[in-house]
Amino acid sequence: MMETTLDKDLFDKIDGIIHAYEHDRHNLVQILLQAQDLIPRHYIPMEVATYIGEQLGVPLSKVYDVISFYSALSDRPKAQHVIQLCKSTTCRVNKYQTVRDVLERELDIKMGEITSDGKFALEYSACFGACDISPAFRIDTEVFGNLNEEKIRQILDRYRGECNE
Amino acid sequence: MKKKYVKSLIGIGVNAMNKTVSLISKNFKNLDPKSLQEYLHAGGYLGLEKALASTPAQVIQEVKKSGLQGRGGAAYPTGRKWEQAAAVEGPRKIVICNADEGEPGTFKDRYLLQYDPFKIIEGMTIAAYAVGATEGYIYIREEYKKLQDQMKIVIASALEGGFLGDNILGTGLCFHIKVVSGAGAYVCGENSTLIESIEGKSGRPRIKPPYIKEKGLFGLPTLVNNVETFSVIPVIFEIGAEEYSKYGTEFSKGTKLISLCGNIQYPGTYEIPFGLTLREIIYDIGGGIRDGKKLKFLQLGGASGAILPASKIDIPYTYEDFEGNGLTIGSGAILIADETNKVVDYMKSVQDFFLHESCGKCTPCREGNRQLSKIINRFVSGTASIEDFQTVERFARVMKYCSFCGLGQTAPSALLSAIQHFPDEFYQQIHKVRKIM
Amino acid sequence: MKYYQITIDHKQITVPEGTTILEAAKLVNIKIPTLCYHPDQSIKANCRICLVEISGKDDLVAACSTPVWEGANILTNSRLVRDMQKGVLELILANHPQDCLRCIRNGNCELQNLCEIFHIAKSNLEDEVDALPVDDSSPSLARDHRKCIKCNRCIEMCQDVQGVSILSHAHRSIKYNITPAFERNLMDTLCVFCGQCSSVCPVGAIYEKDDTDKVWEAIDDPKKHVIVQIAPAVRVSIGDAFGMAPGTKVTGKVVAALRRIGFDKVFDTDFTADLTIMEEGSELLHRMKDHGILPMITSCSPGWINYIEGHYPHLLRHLSSCKSPQQMFGALSKTYYAEKIGLDPANIFTVSIMPCTAKKYEASREEMISNGYREVDAVLTTRELARMIKTSSIDFIGIEEEEFDLPFGISTGAGVIFGATGGVMEAALRSVYELATGTALNNIEFTDVRGLEGIKEATVVINDQPIKVAVAHGLSNARKILDYIDNGQCDYTFIEIMCCPGGCIGGGGQPIGSTLAVKEQRIQGIYAIDQDMPIRKAHKNPAVLKLYEEYLGTPLGHLSHKLLHTTYRARSEDLHLLSLWQKETASSKE
Repeated sequence: MMETTLDKDLFDKIDGIIHAYEHDRHNLVQILLQAQDLIPRHYIPMEVATYIGEQLGVPLSKVYDVISFYSALSDRPKAQHVIQLCKSTTCRVNKYQTVRDVLERELDIKMGEITSDGKFALEYSACFGACDISPAFRIDTEVFGNLNEEKIRQILDRYRGECNE
Repeated sequence: MKKKYVKSLIGIGVNAMNKTVSLISKNFKNLDPKSLQEYLHAGGYLGLEKALASTPAQVIQEVKKSGLQGRGGAAYPTGRKWEQAAAVEGPRKIVICNADEGEPGTFKDRYLLQYDPFKIIEGMTIAAYAVGATEGYIYIREEYKKLQDQMKIVIASALEGGFLGDNILGTGLCFHIKVVSGAGAYVCGENSTLIESIEGKSGRPRIKPPYIKEKGLFGLPTLVNNVETFSVIPVIFEIGAEEYSKYGTEFSKGTKLISLCGNIQYPGTYEIPFGLTLREIIYDIGGGIRDGKKLKFLQLGGASGAILPASKIDIPYTYEDFEGNGLTIGSGAILIADETNKVVDYMKSVQDFFLHESCGKCTPCREGNRQLSKIINRFVSGTASIEDFQTVERFARVMKYCSFCGLGQTAPSALLSAIQHFPDEFYQQIHKVRKIM
Repeated sequence: MKYYQITIDHKQITVPEGTTILEAAKLVNIKIPTLCYHPDQSIKANCRICLVEISGKDDLVAACSTPVWEGANILTNSRLVRDMQKGVLELILANHPQDCLRCIRNGNCELQNLCEIFHIAKSNLEDEVDALPVDDSSPSLARDHRKCIKCNRCIEMCQDVQGVSILSHAHRSIKYNITPAFERNLMDTLCVFCGQCSSVCPVGAIYEKDDTDKVWEAIDDPKKHVIVQIAPAVRVSIGDAFGMAPGTKVTGKVVAALRRIGFDKVFDTDFTADLTIMEEGSELLHRMKDHGILPMITSCSPGWINYIEGHYPHLLRHLSSCKSPQQMFGALSKTYYAEKIGLDPANIFTVSIMPCTAKKYEASREEMISNGYREVDAVLTTRELARMIKTSSIDFIGIEEEEFDLPFGISTGAGVIFGATGGVMEAALRSVYELATGTALNNIEFTDVRGLEGIKEATVVINDQPIKVAVAHGLSNARKILDYIDNGQCDYTFIEIMCCPGGCIGGGGQPIGSTLAVKEQRIQGIYAIDQDMPIRKAHKNPAVLKLYEEYLGTPLGHLSHKLLHTTYRARSEDLHLLSLWQKETASSKE
């Protein structure tokens, strides 16, 4: 499935990011993060990695090192919305498993999977500092906490309801 | 000894009702964090003004006098760190604010970033003046994306207001700050690793020496402090080091932001003077255990901190008392677990974290965590053997002594303390057939 | 300079500031165990085997990365140190395949040595070896990721020394590994197959593709006439594999051993090295006279060819069109030689013994076919030949020396110095000077172009005209020269580039342990052979002259051109240009 449109428009936008970061290889992580945001399924395809590496004078192997190292970057397509459920210590004592069960049931996928329509990816996350509202998950950059079944369903409905971009 | 703090409770801003204080937290939820006007109105930038009226050496002296210790976890005396940074020669110097708060159970830096961002950059600016730096970076974890955006706005208005830039408050002081995003890696909280990340590389720690105070970001002399440390600085100058050091105890001066979470009635970030007991923190501040359950254990300072059984909660929250009990203040996290939690299951969660976050560079951390995870999994599934206790102990030692950076060195501490305090829960999980043998 | 007085294992010693504990310990004859440490490389400190105790401090530090300080009191063999070193080894071993007997590095493995020293028996750890496939996609190298101990030596070779940057570390925690970008196979990358990674690997994680079976099969086939050539650099390096002093000349022993193994004829690549000088020298003079493309760059080193084809394809026209000596030999073996001995080239099996893994790739190139036959049928590295000699129960140290066969066994001092950086340049200058001026060269030793400096320059006056030449070895040095050309700052007429540091004597197929110190001794060995040769100029090689007379005609003539010259192509644009292509097609779709 080739979901990503690697069109001229995308590369123009990437050029814009690289330009804003002054073609400085020290900004590789920042540039990759922003480029990934432009790609509908939140990942860095090899073509994009190659292009950014060339523009910054960073070997592709090192670009890949960065992509593979950081949790926020991916070399594989995810989904339109990535749901990250915290399973670290605080959410553990606050029984994240009950949240997981609701999410899996509602989306009809298991952790680590992507819905067939490519709308949601479900994955675990390390602590993202929302322990005061634990158990918590993130959908993209939005954090939701103090979760219960009703609340989870409402949140999902909100994302389901939005029209596809 | 336990009551040392009492005297300081009489100071300013103490909320005697619930034992918290409001020095660095006084603006929390009281003003629009993006508004420079409101920050100024609340006394913001008085600290910087006072600092700029003294010499850099006097500024450092004042910080030393306050007794402030680094709030990121290592608790290195801030004044001494600044003194060293000021003494290093270099073409340019850099100040970095480490906002890569990643210890599970920790969110106090998030409060500072969210509710009082100007205070952080005010602190950084005082640091820049003291050590002679012109460039600043705030490395904020990717998970706090929205706070990065807010910080950029705050920096822009500080620049506009003349509190940052080429001629700060007309004194000729030059200091600029950039916001850099993390990308999801706990190990980047380690200072040399954080620098690697700002330089656009994967986050793997550097060999020391050279030390980052001499060769840090871009090979330049670099001072790195935690968000909370920088936030304390304006307070020190606003109220004076002497006043600040009245809070806390003789060896743990000032106040501390704690992240209280887990099975607690009122989870949240609280500012406390050093010296309260854990019992006071849990019951007087946190409102006790949720749902009327009983306290079973705590984990202090994040995933790399030790486990403490409920019986020991009369220990005062100070560097010295913690050290004496094999604990660390660490990130300031206080995670509460009630009686429904199995220690072994909880430890799996801790170990999963380290297995996920090791950078993989050095053998003891990479392979040690692999092995500890295997052993924990055996305990969880009830297939562990009696030898696994020895194996844990032996390789926890290898990790502690041999790992390249703090991540591997501290990764096994929680497990060791858990076995020490709750041996029965581990013994129960030994395979029955093997148990007889 | 400041000096510090320190104590190591109760022995006092004074060392200069900046000395590491590892170095200081060596001075008192204590060899602290190491694994990621390599004498020619930067300090990595990631294996953590070299930890030592600071007496009285309950603290261990890495000996390789920690400089001494005044009054340091260090224990390298305390109970704690031994326990920890053993623990680290056990951790490595639990993640390492334990089929040592089947490993190509069995008996020559740094991890195995340490396990022997520490007597690592079965530990309580649970073995877990990552289930990763072996990458044997290329004809030159195989990568067995499972055996990798993550020392990062190969990365330093690939990124810093060669500047090719195909290998990097990636991922984290237990997924941490050494890999080309996006986990591709080497064949799908712009890897130049120099094999420098394999020459520094402490274990069997990356190694030469073994072709010895192919050669044994040919030898055992009664229908095949199996001939072999040996490269200049092999004769001063293979002795290492038998415990001889580095740089020892063992030409006659290799010849004898190859005959015992069963090769029908044993020839010398030095012969075609001389021939290369005739062709390349003539090409240079031709380019100089006819305002051809200058500077001209040598083309003997296949790793270098792969590099320019992959990374600087726009400069390909600067390359000499000459094939390498290996391929010239191969071409002649299936044409001139076949005719001469009256054999069907189909039955001739040509083997070469090379210090190089890239030669395997070169031999497999589509251009390298003459008379309808693959010019070189099998390429063995020095390491593989050593293995064959051992398999053949030959006492290499004791074996009596023998001479090469004719006609490809006659060579000059010019041919042998091809093995060292600067050698091709020096050999070419010896001949080009005399061919161009018609007068004899007085001092034939061009010492300016010798030695291990990365880029060397010399100026030679030919017919009153100063000619500037340069020599580079190691691809990061090659890159500098190419950037000069790109920037228009290059006033060289002729450039020698060798892929590997030190030239072929430092090739990726040489015996394990080719450190800089060893390379220097090999270079001395090479020049000693040159000095002892009765003839030291390629154009005075009687066998080469006879070859032109009998068969080829003249240098650059029709037949020479057909057999001894080649073409180049931009390599694997897919990667390099893919993104641009993507961009273009995407925009044209709009």
